[in-house]
Amino acid sequence: MNPWSVQTLVPLPVLVPLFAAGLALALHRYERAQRIISVTALSVVVAAAAGLLVAARDAPVVIDVGGWAAPVGVNLVADPLAALMLLVSGVVLLCVLLYSMAQGIADGGGRAAPAVQDSEAIRRILEAQDPDADEARRRGVLPVAIFHPTYLILAAGVADAFLAGDLFNLFVGFEILLAASYVLLTLGGTVERIRAGSVYVVVALLSSIIFLLAVGLTYAATGTVNMAQLAERLPDVEPGIRLGIQALLLLAFGIKAAIFPLSAWLPDSYPTAPAPVTAVFAGLLTKVGVYAILRTQTLLFPRNEVVEVVLLVLALATMLVGILGAVAQDDVKRLLSFTLVSHIGYMIFGVALATAASTAAAIFYVVHHITVQTALFLVVGLVERRTGTTSLERLGGLAALAPGLAVLFFVPTMNLAGVPPLSGFLGKVGLLEAGVLDGSALAWVLVTGSVVTSLLTLYAVIRAWNKAFWQPAPEDFRPPDETRLPWGMIGPTAALVGIGVALTVVAGPLYDYAEHAANVVMGDAVYVDAVFPDGAPRGTGESDDVTSEEGGP
Amino acid sequence: MTVLDTVPSAALLLAVGVLFATGVYLLLERSLTRVLLGFMLLGNGVNLAILVAGGRAGAPPITGPDTGTEPMSDPLAQAMILTAIVITLALVAFVLAMAYRSWQLHGHDEVQDDLEDTRIAQLAERDAPSYADSDALESRVTLDEEAATVRDEVALPDPGPRRRPISPTDGGGGDT
Repeated sequence: MNPWSVQTLVPLPVLVPLFAAGLALALHRYERAQRIISVTALSVVVAAAAGLLVAARDAPVVIDVGGWAAPVGVNLVADPLAALMLLVSGVVLLCVLLYSMAQGIADGGGRAAPAVQDSEAIRRILEAQDPDADEARRRGVLPVAIFHPTYLILAAGVADAFLAGDLFNLFVGFEILLAASYVLLTLGGTVERIRAGSVYVVVALLSSIIFLLAVGLTYAATGTVNMAQLAERLPDVEPGIRLGIQALLLLAFGIKAAIFPLSAWLPDSYPTAPAPVTAVFAGLLTKVGVYAILRTQTLLFPRNEVVEVVLLVLALATMLVGILGAVAQDDVKRLLSFTLVSHIGYMIFGVALATAASTAAAIFYVVHHITVQTALFLVVGLVERRTGTTSLERLGGLAALAPGLAVLFFVPTMNLAGVPPLSGFLGKVGLLEAGVLDGSALAWVLVTGSVVTSLLTLYAVIRAWNKAFWQPAPEDFRPPDETRLPWGMIGPTAALVGIGVALTVVAGPLYDYAEHAANVVMGDAVYVDAVFPDGAPRGTGESDDVTSEEGGP
Repeated sequence: MTVLDTVPSAALLLAVGVLFATGVYLLLERSLTRVLLGFMLLGNGVNLAILVAGGRAGAPPITGPDTGTEPMSDPLAQAMILTAIVITLALVAFVLAMAYRSWQLHGHDEVQDDLEDTRIAQLAERDAPSYADSDALESRVTLDEEAATVRDEVALPDPGPRRRPISPTDGGGGDT
C-alpha cells in the first residue's frame, strides 16, 4: 500500500494533538513555544479533517491501528458524518484557542478569580517570602502551565470519539476528553470552580461507568465491540437483551448529551469555567454525546418503536424544560447554558424519528449549533471582559457603549432562535418537515413543541438583548475604563459568528452532505462494507471458534 | 482449538452484584472521598463483569505460536479491563486531588449546593422577576459576593489548629 494514501489522514486528528500536548508540556516554561505548538497542531487537524471530508464523500476511509485488522484490532473509521464533525470541531477548537491566548487564560485562569493562580502572582508571593532566593530556584517552584497541553488532549479525545470504529475505543475517546475537561473546568481551583467541578466530575464518572458496563454487556452478548460487526450481530440478539444494552448506552450518552432528566448538572457547572472553556464545552462536549447517540442508534440497533417513543418524549421534555429554565435566568452565561440544554432536544428529535430525512436534519442542526453556541459564549466572554459582569441585573446600554459587540451578540442570538433566513431556521425547518412527514400524533406534538421552544428561545434571548444592550444602563453601572478589547479576542469571535452566517450561504451543499452522511449512517451496508470490504472479517487475528460460539443469541 | 465453558461463575457474578450495590450506596453520599470509594468499587465491579463476559478462568490469555490445541482465555476482555483500570486509576488520582483542594478551601470535602439555583428557586417562591428593568433598580450582590457571605451548612465549627479554611464562613454550626 502506498504509505501516503488518503488513509494517512485518518489518525492525524488524534495523533497530532497528543504529540503536541506532550511537547507543549515539556516546553511549559516557554509560553511562545506552547502557543506555536498548539496553533500548528490544531491547524493540522483542521487541514486533515478538510481532506477527510472530501475523501469520505465517496466511501468511508478506514484504517487499522497497529496493523491489527478489525474486529480484533482497533480501527478508525472516517465516514462522512465523522469527517463533518471533525472539521467543525477542529475549526471551533482553533478559534477558541486563539481567543483564549488573547484573553491570557493560558498562564493561569480567569482574571477575576479570587485565588492565587497565575505564575506572576505566585512569583510575587515567593519574592516576598524569600527575597534572597535566586531566580533559578524560584522558577523551580512555579506551577506548570497546563492549559495548552490539556486543551490539546481535549482535542485529541474529541477526534478519537468521532473516529472510533468500535465501542471500546469510543469509550476511551470519551475518557480522554472527559479527563481533560475535568482539569479545564477546575482550572485554578477556586471555590466556585471546585464546587461546580465536583458535581460535573461525579456525574461524568457515573456516566462513564454506565458506558463501560454497556460495553461489557455488549461484548458478553455478541462477542465483539467492533461497530461494523455489531451492526451485523446485534439484530440477532434476543430482543430483551438488546433493549437492555440499548437503554444502558442511551443512559450513558444521555448524561453526556444532557437530555432532560439527566441534564441538571450542565447549567450548574459550565458557567463557572473561564469563558473560552465554557464555549468549547458548550459547543463540543454535549455534541459528542449526541454524535454517540446518533451513531449507535442508527448504525447498531434495528428500529425499535418503544425506544423511539421514549426518545421523542424526552426530546420534547428537554426542549421545554430547558427553555423555561433559560427564561428564568438573569445571568447571560446561565441563560445560554439552559438554551444549550433546550436545543439538544432538537437533535434528539431528529435522531428519534429515525428516518433518513430527520437524521440529515439532525446532523445539519448539530453543525449549526456547535458554531452558534460557541460563538455566543465567546461573545459573552467579550462582554465580561468589557464590563466585568455577565449579570443582566447590572448590564445595560451596551449597544451605545460597544456597537461592534452588539452586532456580534445579535447575529448569533437570532441564528440560535431560528429567525429566517439563518442556518438555525433551515435546520429547524428540516426537522419540522421530517416530523410532519412522520405524521404520527406524537410527531405532531413534537413539531408544535419545537415551534414553541423556538419562540421561547427568541423571547429569552431578546430579553437578554434588551436588558444588556438596548435599555439605558442602570445608574450604578460603571464599566471599567478600558475601552479597547484585544483584537485577538474579537477576531476569532467574529470569525465564528461569520462561519455561523456562512453556514446559511452554503446551506445547500452542506445539507446535501448531511443527507449523504445520514444515508451512510442509516444504511448499515456502506459502513460495514468499508470496514469489511469482502463481506467478511478481513483480519488474520480472527478467532473463528470463539466468535461463532458467542455470536448467536 | 477448544473453547472454554462459557457459563459464568456464580461466585464472580455475586461479587459483581455486591460491588455494584456497595458502590452505588457510597456514590449517593455527599462527601467526595466516599463518592470516590464508591466509584472505585463500581469500576472494579464493571471490570469483573467484563472478565466474566470473557469466559471462565483457568487458561492463559496468550499462548505460543504452535500450541494450537491448548485452551485459551479471551485476551480481548482482559485487554479492555487493563485499559479500564488505567483510566480509573488516573480519574481516582484527579478526584483525590479535587477532594483535597475542597478540604483546603472549606475544611471538608462535601459537595455544595448550587447557589444560583437556590436563588432562582427563592425568586420563584416570591413570584419575583429574575431581574428588574432599568427603571426599577435595586442594587444586588453578585453570585461571587453572595457565595462569600453565605452560611456554609456543613462547615466544621473549628477546622483544626493546623489549617484554617480560606473561604470566609461565619463559623457555621448554628441553625436558622
